[in-house]
Amino acid sequence: MSSQAFQKVYTKLTNITKATVSLTAKDVGYDEMAVVNGRMAQVVKIVGDQVVLQVFSGTEGIPTNAEVTFLGNPPQLKVSDELSGRFFNAYGHPIDGGPEIEGEIREIGGPSVNPVRREQPSQLIATGIAGIDLNNSLVSGQKIPFFADSDQPYNQVMANVALRAKADKIILGGMGLSNDDYLFFKQVFDNAGALDRIVSFVNTTEDPPVERLLVPDMALTAAEYFAVDKDESVLVLLTDMTLFADALSIVSNRMDQIPSKDSMPGSLYSDLARIYEKAVQFPSGGSITIVAVTTLSGGDITHAIPDNTGYITEGQLFLRRDTDIGKVIVDPFRSLSRLKQLVIGEQTREDHPQVMNAAVRLYADAANARTKLDNGFDLTDYDERTLDFAKAYSEKLLAIDVNVDTDTMLDIGWELFGKHFSKAEVGLKKEMVDKYWKE
Amino acid sequence: MEKNDKTTGTVSGIIANLVVVDVDGPVGQNEICFIAHGKERLMAEVIKVTGDQAYVQVFESTRGLRPGSKVDFEGHMLEVTLGPGMLSRNYDGLQNDLDKMEGVFLKRGDYTDPLNREQKWSFKPLLEKGAEVIAGDWLGEVEENQMPHRIMVPFKLEGVYTIKSIVGEGEYTVDEEIAVIEDKDGNSVSVNMVQKWPVKVPIKTHKEKPRPFKLLETGVRCIDTLNPITEGGTGFIPGPFGTGKTVLQHAISKQAEADIVIIAACGERANEVVEIFKEFPELDDPRTGRKLIERTTIIANTSNMPVAAREASVYTAMTLGEYYRAMGLKVLLMADSTSRWAQALREMSNRLEELPGPDAFPMDLSAIISNFYSRAGYVYLNNDKTGSITFIGTVSPAGGNLKEPVTENTRKAARCFYGLSQDRADSKRYPAIDPIDSYSKYLEYPELQKSLQKNMGEHWLDNVLKAKDILFSGKEADEQINILGDDGVPIDFHQRFWKAELIDFVVLQQDAFDKIDASTPLERQKYMLEKVLNIADTAFEFKNFEQVGDFFKRLINQLKQMNYSEFESEKFKTFEKELEEMLREFAVETKEEAQAV
Repeated sequence: MSSQAFQKVYTKLTNITKATVSLTAKDVGYDEMAVVNGRMAQVVKIVGDQVVLQVFSGTEGIPTNAEVTFLGNPPQLKVSDELSGRFFNAYGHPIDGGPEIEGEIREIGGPSVNPVRREQPSQLIATGIAGIDLNNSLVSGQKIPFFADSDQPYNQVMANVALRAKADKIILGGMGLSNDDYLFFKQVFDNAGALDRIVSFVNTTEDPPVERLLVPDMALTAAEYFAVDKDESVLVLLTDMTLFADALSIVSNRMDQIPSKDSMPGSLYSDLARIYEKAVQFPSGGSITIVAVTTLSGGDITHAIPDNTGYITEGQLFLRRDTDIGKVIVDPFRSLSRLKQLVIGEQTREDHPQVMNAAVRLYADAANARTKLDNGFDLTDYDERTLDFAKAYSEKLLAIDVNVDTDTMLDIGWELFGKHFSKAEVGLKKEMVDKYWKE
Repeated sequence: MEKNDKTTGTVSGIIANLVVVDVDGPVGQNEICFIAHGKERLMAEVIKVTGDQAYVQVFESTRGLRPGSKVDFEGHMLEVTLGPGMLSRNYDGLQNDLDKMEGVFLKRGDYTDPLNREQKWSFKPLLEKGAEVIAGDWLGEVEENQMPHRIMVPFKLEGVYTIKSIVGEGEYTVDEEIAVIEDKDGNSVSVNMVQKWPVKVPIKTHKEKPRPFKLLETGVRCIDTLNPITEGGTGFIPGPFGTGKTVLQHAISKQAEADIVIIAACGERANEVVEIFKEFPELDDPRTGRKLIERTTIIANTSNMPVAAREASVYTAMTLGEYYRAMGLKVLLMADSTSRWAQALREMSNRLEELPGPDAFPMDLSAIISNFYSRAGYVYLNNDKTGSITFIGTVSPAGGNLKEPVTENTRKAARCFYGLSQDRADSKRYPAIDPIDSYSKYLEYPELQKSLQKNMGEHWLDNVLKAKDILFSGKEADEQINILGDDGVPIDFHQRFWKAELIDFVVLQQDAFDKIDASTPLERQKYMLEKVLNIADTAFEFKNFEQVGDFFKRLINQLKQMNYSEFESEKFKTFEKELEEMLREFAVETKEEAQAV
């Protein structure tokens, strides 16, 4: 970025660490952006006339006489309809070879929505994936992550969800994406002919990790533009939030902060909440829905990153390989959509809540039967039937390659109940059984 | 901290929301100040003083703030404004009225009046000229949402005062003088309907705080029946995410038998608060027929709102609670979640570079939590009337580990423990309160035992203990069955296991989203517990263990249909009759009786 005329140029650094440089400077605002020898930096601490700058790409090779100019503003993004179909880096500069876009300048990481001005999320987002629509329905204005091990096809599932979700705009915030995954998204969106409703902010593994910290705010600033100014429904995809949190811990470590659980900064909860809480249903009709990815290490959800995420988001979706059917399924036990209560049985058929719960309960019985089997005990007739049911349930409903509408999912559910169980064993409300039971 | 000349200062350092201010005069710990930033004034609180530098935590974002900015110190701690008109309002953690703020987004430095200054209240005096009063005495009352709202002698006054004059019945705004009182030295004080109070200082206008002795009905069976909370009691709900903390808290706040409900949404999801905003104006309070929102005040400082105000939010809520308690009302205070408050303390302690305690929390976390919980309680006021604050906080243990500092320290402070279990949540057994690990210390209080005996019948306590024993014995049987196999244990083990399941499914599990099942009045709880225990007492005869499971599943299904039906309705009675028939199938005595006939 070139410096403007009459800007004061500082040339004497007083301190250099791996991530920060300090200098004596006046009239500098907190959070303000700066350029240090051509590298982007941000004010992270002011003590008297000493200003500490975090240099996003690291300080390797920066001399004490480096040129420092302050830009006079916090990180910002130009917003307009020209964003559509474009790919940007973490600073909001095009990386697709196209021209810089024109538009109104907005600070990123802006203020929160007044909670009394929020609308209650109420629009079902259908994905066709029964593991989601039947058991964990998504609602516009919701925020929900996939909890997945790094070998699972979370980016593919997320791309599917995004394309089927009928959103006006899809905004991809890629953090530490491998170049291959970046190209994957580009290709999938392109093939679907959806590129014109997609905006992408991408930090790949080739870019400095600390730059990632800007990506969610960039993506959400663009999202707010479309949701507030244009009243559009916007779906924001953030992948991978674990790498975002890792970048936070790198910064906090270099700033000598006392780490809390799992070497994460003590402010991790607030840092993540600030991002996820941008998901909102506006009264004007626009909405921001966030679907994120949090990769786990070895399925451990007690690690500080998934743990704090779980407390912030409105549920989580777990992917798991079901060895019985050889497919990846959405785990019905550990997945949860907290907002599903707002739409199931209301925007979907009345029997939805009951079918959903009964199926999961019977699936749990199957899990118990399996434990018995593994421990070498005899199975009862009921146990056998639950196992058969579980396999069919996995295959026909939980697998991520299922793509049917919700009524069909419910019909399949009743079919499976009727095939494997008696009415008493399923234990549903009598009115529902009378109406929907299939022998 | 009264001062004539206000202290001022200039900003000299900024690290996130911690700002260092060079001051020109005296400052107090926890004193409030305002930092000028352009046209905005950012509110902050002093948290440390070193020499002539004050460290303040700013209740707002400090983005763009520059050294050299002017700071004005206010001479008082963080205060709330108390007066009629606080019910049905939505405040932020600093008691700003959120509805009065303009625009969709929160604006920095936007502080709004918590009260309506124009509204007229019809005041009725309760005392006459010449009466001697002390702080907290009721001078008169107005009606707030059909509830008596007492206008009290300001809490800050010390010693005995005499009423010099008091206005008659009539319409007054909160700022109009309603009485003049005079101390023994002849200094007179003008009293209106508004007073201010620092949130971190407990309001103590009561004369006695006895041990709680009255059950507080919540309509949640596994609380009321198994581990009851008392009026003026304290409880906490720890649970990993996804185990239903918030659903449970909402259920309690909707159903509990309280005059006033204050909900502090502290660092949690905004959409959950929106749910309250939308639902409470629609829902009826079953006891009074009024809308729930009329008895409710919401303090919303959601997770994306400034962290420092999050800490303040629970104190703001408690102070509002104490104010209503001093009027002789029954207050239920809910905070979701106290862990977020502890985290706010941790963030600041870290920025202050204090030596950390366990998990980087501040060392005095335990004392802070205990102090806070001790502000709840049942009280006798000076006029012998009673009031109470029942406090239930949720805790979000990191990694679901109940040994983490916030849970551990809360356990020391709260008397009821409603532990939510991941296993129960996974198998959709809601509310996921673990029946074995959870406890209510109040059950051991002779005071409560006496009142239970009086209100719930002689056998109630024994029945409750029996239900607990059956649950425990069922758990043991389950473990044995899992180790030895279905065939490896006597059929009796299966009966024990299924009797526990019966209690689990019929008493403990409750559908918070079903109109009827969501809330169970005590009378119905008593009826169903007796029903279930009768079944547990019945001797059955089975040929094999499979019969046991099949039979009990049918029983459970039948009893659940009863739970879903209006109490004592035709439908309910039909299900009950069918149940009795089912029971005869395997019951031992009835067979013998039949043979005898």
